[in-house]
Amino acid sequence: MYASITRRLVLASGLAAALSVSGAAIAQADELDDIVKAGVLKVGIFEDFPPFSSAGTDLKSQGYDIDVINALAKALGVTPELTGITGQNRIPSLIEHKLNLLVSVGVSDERKKVVAFTAPYAPYSIDVMGPKALAVKGPADLAGKSVAVNRGTLEDTSVTEVAPEGTDIQRFNDYNGVISAFLSGQVQLMVVGNDVGAAVLAKHPDIEPESKFQLLNSPSAMAINKGEDRLLAKLDETLAQMKKDGTLDAISKKWLFIPLPPEL
Amino acid sequence: MGYQLDFGALVQYFGLFLEGTAVTLGLTAVASLLGIALGVAGAAVSLGKCLWCRRIVAAYVELIRNSPFIVQMFFIFFGLPSLGLRLSAMQAAALAMTINLTAYAIEILRAGLEAVPTGQREAARSMGLRPLLVFTLIVLPQAVANVYPALVGQITITMLESAVVSQIAVVDLTHVGDFIQSRNFRSFETYLIITAIYLVLAVLMRRMLALAGRRLFAGRGR
Repeated sequence: MYASITRRLVLASGLAAALSVSGAAIAQADELDDIVKAGVLKVGIFEDFPPFSSAGTDLKSQGYDIDVINALAKALGVTPELTGITGQNRIPSLIEHKLNLLVSVGVSDERKKVVAFTAPYAPYSIDVMGPKALAVKGPADLAGKSVAVNRGTLEDTSVTEVAPEGTDIQRFNDYNGVISAFLSGQVQLMVVGNDVGAAVLAKHPDIEPESKFQLLNSPSAMAINKGEDRLLAKLDETLAQMKKDGTLDAISKKWLFIPLPPEL
Repeated sequence: MGYQLDFGALVQYFGLFLEGTAVTLGLTAVASLLGIALGVAGAAVSLGKCLWCRRIVAAYVELIRNSPFIVQMFFIFFGLPSLGLRLSAMQAAALAMTINLTAYAIEILRAGLEAVPTGQREAARSMGLRPLLVFTLIVLPQAVANVYPALVGQITITMLESAVVSQIAVVDLTHVGDFIQSRNFRSFETYLIITAIYLVLAVLMRRMLALAGRRLFAGRGR
């Protein structure tokens, strides 16, 4: 009996070893070739992150990210396969090769240790927004003005940090409160991410809101597995082409209601 | 289980707690004084002779008592600016609370007025008092005495319900709690303190108003 258990253990570990070898072999194969050969680009997307990606009325995903993914897939001559992911599981899913590509990833040094980043492809910023007619150029101009924020968010803490004495920061429970207070004129300014800002710009209010200045600018990039240099080069080349021929600018205007920032 | 209470993280916010308590009490005081005064007027009208006045008061009471307070407040704060009436958050909160309390006070005081025996009014009239004086000197004090506990209860409810004004960024006691826990993430301790402050306020308010009532209405009421 003991002998049989031992034999099984030996078998199992042998199998595991074989598996890990073949795993390594897969990882060493070129991912770009694999994608083209399979004809499918597997991309992880957020399911509820408008206007970058969210379900439309027909329940199909739509948004900035989706348009970019479709354009990329077209350039590679493959079909995109979208998988809903969460902020917690997306990098593990990529590393385990369940996905080829992640979109809407903020570039950070910690993440650079585990994944490779393409060039940034989408603006992501926290802006102080106000009516066109109101002159605000920097934090010092906030004194004496009322500013709406969503309480406890990064917007709240970052504007609280820079706001001078005499700034009337009004904290609301959610973005609806912030947007309503701003659009009804109850506050002069609001601090939101450009994703929320786009929802306001989409309404084309009479006050013509615009970004007065940025509290944070962290354009989103795409992430792929490390070591896939050919895939990375191909993606960067395609993104550069999309920036040059205005495709990306058109996507930005369509979903964010702003032209693509020149620094991208 | 493994949770360590840490009230030390709250000490630096002592001033904010005081500020929030003051705002909550201030709003309650304004809403109560105005609400009860308007409630008396509304109750008198609803028992008066003018049919249309009665209908308007009845419609007002129905509308306010059958819609959520938070919606009434949002209407005033977010909705009225579209009509050109822009109130500050504090004004909107005070107005919403007053409008709300008035509706309940009308119903409570109407019951109180109805319970005053007609003989009281007739006797006063026969002494030669003018109708306004009959109402203010004879009928109203008895009416209020009749329903005083219910009025005190309604004022306490108004104070507790005022927590909702934190939603339009009025820095009341609840807003202070939300703010502090969004900064130090000590939500358990923060809301424990906030709850304790509300509890103490409500109990004290009831006691003091009951004491005042015993003095004001000594010998009256039933």
